[in-house]
This record gives sequence, C-alpha cells and structure tokens, in this order.
Amino acid sequence: MSLRTSPIHDLAMRRAELAPERAFQAVGILAIVLPLLLLLWLFGGALVDAWPRLGWDFLTGFPSRKAEIAGILPALAGSAWLMALTALIAIPLGLGAALYLEEYARPSRLTALIELNIGTLAGVPSILYGLLGLEIFVRVVGMGRSVLAGACTLALLLLPMVIITSREALRTVPQSLREASFALGADRWQTLRRIVLPMCLPGVLTGVILSLARAIGETAPLITIGALTYVAFLPDSVHSAFTALPIQIFNWTSRPQAAFHVNAAAGIVVLIALMLLLNGAAIWLRARLQRRVYW
Amino acid sequence: MNRIVSVIIVLTLTVAAGAASCRKSSAATVKVDGSSTVYPITEAVAEEYGKTKPDVQVTVGISGTGGGFKKFCAGETDISDASRPIKPSEVDACTSGGVDYVELPVAYDGIVIVVNPGNDWAQSITVEELKTMWAPESQGVVTQWSDVRPGWPERPLTLFGPGVDSGTYDYFTEAIVKKEHSSRGDFTSSEDDNTLVQGVAGDVNALGFFGFAYYAENKDKLKLLPVDDGKAENGDGPVAAALESIRDGTYQPLSRPLFIYVAVRSLDRPEVAEFARYFLHEGIPLVSEVGYVPLPEAAYPLALARLEGRKTGSMFTGGSQVGVTIDQLLAREAE
Repeated sequence: MSLRTSPIHDLAMRRAELAPERAFQAVGILAIVLPLLLLLWLFGGALVDAWPRLGWDFLTGFPSRKAEIAGILPALAGSAWLMALTALIAIPLGLGAALYLEEYARPSRLTALIELNIGTLAGVPSILYGLLGLEIFVRVVGMGRSVLAGACTLALLLLPMVIITSREALRTVPQSLREASFALGADRWQTLRRIVLPMCLPGVLTGVILSLARAIGETAPLITIGALTYVAFLPDSVHSAFTALPIQIFNWTSRPQAAFHVNAAAGIVVLIALMLLLNGAAIWLRARLQRRVYW
Repeated sequence: MNRIVSVIIVLTLTVAAGAASCRKSSAATVKVDGSSTVYPITEAVAEEYGKTKPDVQVTVGISGTGGGFKKFCAGETDISDASRPIKPSEVDACTSGGVDYVELPVAYDGIVIVVNPGNDWAQSITVEELKTMWAPESQGVVTQWSDVRPGWPERPLTLFGPGVDSGTYDYFTEAIVKKEHSSRGDFTSSEDDNTLVQGVAGDVNALGFFGFAYYAENKDKLKLLPVDDGKAENGDGPVAAALESIRDGTYQPLSRPLFIYVAVRSLDRPEVAEFARYFLHEGIPLVSEVGYVPLPEAAYPLALARLEGRKTGSMFTGGSQVGVTIDQLLAREAE
C-alpha cells in the first residue's frame, strides 16, 4: 500500500515522461510549417511581381523584344507536347520493366545488377541524360532537335523513377490475390491483366504523374539537346522545333530590362500552376481508380 | 482496363510510326543558334522579319558562342550568333564539317567597369590597374584597393565577373590581361549578369564587369568607372562607356563587335539569304532598341557587300582583335 503514490504525483510523472514527445512534436510541426511558409513566401512574391502581366494576352502571346507584348504560348504548347509524349513513351517502357522485374524475373546476379543500375540511374544528374539524348536521339537516330527527341530524352530521365514507383505499386498487390487467381485456373498473363494491373494502376499513374511534374521543370537536358528559345510557331508534329517553359523563364530572368523580369515571374506562376494541376490530376486519378477495385 | 492498355499500345505505335517516317516539315525555316549576348538582337530581327514573311519559320537558340559553333560546324544550323570571332579550333571544326561561312559584324557591345555607388575613392581606372586586379598572378597578392593604386583605402577588393565560358570573359581577358581565357580564379562569377549587378550593388568594396546593357538598365544602383587606355589617339584620359564612345571607338579597349556567321550552303536557300540581308538593313534600328550599339554607318554596306560576294573566312585569324574598329577592318579588306 505504501508504494501507491498520490494521483497528483502520478500526473506530474506522466507530464515529465511526455516532455520529450511534446518537444519532438513541436519540432515536427516546425519542420512542416517552415518550408511551407518559405514556399508560400516565394510563390507570393512571384505572384505579386507577375500580377500586371498575368492574363489571357500573356498565355496566348508569342515571344517579342517588347516585354509588354511578349507571351508564353509557344513555350506552353512545347511543354504540353513534351509532357504528353514523355508520358506515352515512359509509361509502357517503365511499367513493362517493372512488371518483368517483379513478376517474371527470377532472382539472379543479372537482375541484381539491373536493379542496382536502376537505383543508380535515378540519381544521375539530368544534364548527362541531355548529353546522351543529344548523341543518341538527335544525331544517331536522326530525330533532329525535335519535340520527339526532347520527349525521348525526358522519358529516359524519368524511366528509373517510373520503374521504381511501379514496382512499389506492384508490391502492394497482395500475393494472396495472385494465388487465388492461379487457384481458379488463370494463367500468369490472365492474372496480370485482370488482377495485378488494375490494382496497381493508381499507384503507377501517381508515380508517373509525379515524375512528370518534376520533368516539366527540367531545363538542362532540353538546352543540351538543342531546345530553342525564340520560336514563333506552335509544334505541329513530333518533328517540330520547340521551346519549353523553363527555357523561356530562364531567358527572361537573364535579360537586363526589368520588364522582362516581370514576364519571368508570370512564367513561373504559370509553371507552378501547371505543376499543381498535374499533382491534382494524380490525386484525382488515384481516388477515382481505387474505388473500382474490391476484394 | 483493357481499353486503357490498348489505347496506350496504339498511341505508342503511332508515335513510333511517326518517328520512323521522319517526314521533313515543308515550311521554309531559318535556324539560328549561339551566343546569348547576341540573342536579343536576333530575336528582334526574327520578330520583325516574321511580320513581313509569316510563312518562314525562324528559330533562335542560346547554346552560347562556343556551343553554337559546334552545331554550326556540324551543319545543323544556318546562322550562328557569336559574341567573339570564331576561334582557330572552330575554324578547323567547320573545315572538317565542310561548312563555309560568311562572317558579318552586326553591332557593338561595350564591357563596362562598375563599382558600388558608395565607393567614393575611385573615379576612373587605367587598363594597367585593371590588369593588376585581374591577372592570374594577382590571386592572393592583390587583395585590397590600396594594392591597386596608392592612395586608395585599405579596404578588401571583391571582384565580380561573368562565367568563364562566356564570350564576354574571353574578350575581357584578351583586352586586359592580354591572354584570352586567363585571369585570377578567386572572383565571384555568374552566368547571369543580373546576379553580377546585384553583387556589385550590394557591396561597397566591389568591382565588376559585364555588358553595357546591364549597366544602362541599372544606372541608379551602380557607378560607372571611365577607363583610360593610355593612348591619346583613342581620346585623352579616361573615357566613360556610352553609346557614342563605344560606337566611335574611343571607349577602348573594352568595346567589342558582335557577329553572325552565315553558312554559305544555307545561302542557296532564298529565305536564309533574305533573312541575313534583312538583318543588315532593317536590323540597324533594332540594335539600339534592345540595348546594343549599332556599327558606324559605313560598316553596314561593307558587311552587305561581304554577304552578297559570299566572302568566306574570318577577318580575325588570331582570335579577338583588340583596338581595331570594325569599319577599319572592313575597309581594309575591301581595298
């Protein structure tokens, strides 16, 4: 009985035990709030600078030496073409590679080597992909400085990330479902097509779209393969010359006249809006596709 | 699900087929690439030219003077923008690529020497003093303003300059250090001249150099130092960079010509020849509009004659030539 402490003492003890946790919680909240505030401050700054130029004219205008009438349409169209083509190339290749590695490949030295390489490639600086794309797609394959060559280069840049996220998505499909499918007499292809793919698709798409959102801001590989700066027409085929948003922004920030810096800020706002749109699409797709699957 | 997979497959095949067919666009095109310094001029000319010839597609890239020549000498572009004359190694590359070219000066650019407005001791500077500041052997030795000129305060000297890959850096080192691409390494460098403006504007002890247009747009944040080259024929005493002094050649040795190089093979295509002609005719007022200095009146007809006569090769066989004006060079050649 003498061991029993008073309730008040008990509470004080608990408080003392909780102190480190509270402190950790505070640090955690700070770690979220600080970067968000910084981001908000940067974006707010860009928005304030950009405000006078943001409008329909800016979105539908062509580049000009006069900052007040210069617009971003060719860059916007170029980036849209790039993203669409990059997704078309990266999804089948990345998903295919992920399917092979997860579902077909037996553990061996070779697969271990491939996996190691994919992990390493994900960390290679993007300008190296630009140099690779310049040599292979632009020169050897003979695509020229086209939007197709740009998309192939960006697809190459995204492939490691797409493969890694697709494999993660494939691993979330429970093994028991595959076994159940086999037990019902389905072969491997039927199981993949009817069970595994539909279930992992939301995860795969999220991964792809998030990597696209990263790629839309890439400048170095595009400059290397020869994306242009002044283009007064829109791409009309995959062989068209093109420019892209980050290149146009970069050009405007480096001009001496302050009026161009306003354009650069407006370009940044458009680019961020596009990124948010892509991320939003990823969330929407995931929510929509996930609802269809029951087990 | 089936539909999504088949759509993806079909689209992929379409792209692959499109790539394989490799059909060339039928529209007339003029491909320009090269120096980012020359870019604003080319952009302005392309914009105006596009209004008169909407069916011709002019494209301009900014790979830098060196990067532009790489593509040009491989036959990938029609015109190369350059903020310095072609180098011997690039001449060789063009020769082995089978690319003959016509060299056309299009404008002048001045390189300004600027300090912070709070700097009350320096009112002008000589070429010798600039060399003392920037020479490779000055690294770790010349660290204070007092090391440059007796009487200047014992304050630390902080230097700002463009990236070592730029034509501006190449020209400055040739003109000041007398050896192209050679300077001390302990200065703050940036590919973006606006960063240099910010740097000098924010440090009382700073000195920097960059293109004239960046000074013209930031006169309230910077103090211009007139430069004395010690030669009486270029104007006695220190000369301040200004439109007139750059144009008439008295702002020496830091005014430099800007060029376009046109491939002779491309001149057979009427749109390229027409664009180059347009550049030398209607381009003149655009040059000052975008912040550069037009060549003297006499220079443009001479350059045009060079174009029409398809005179190949460079007037500058030994790299950047300092202290010679373009009209002198062109006239010397025309004789």
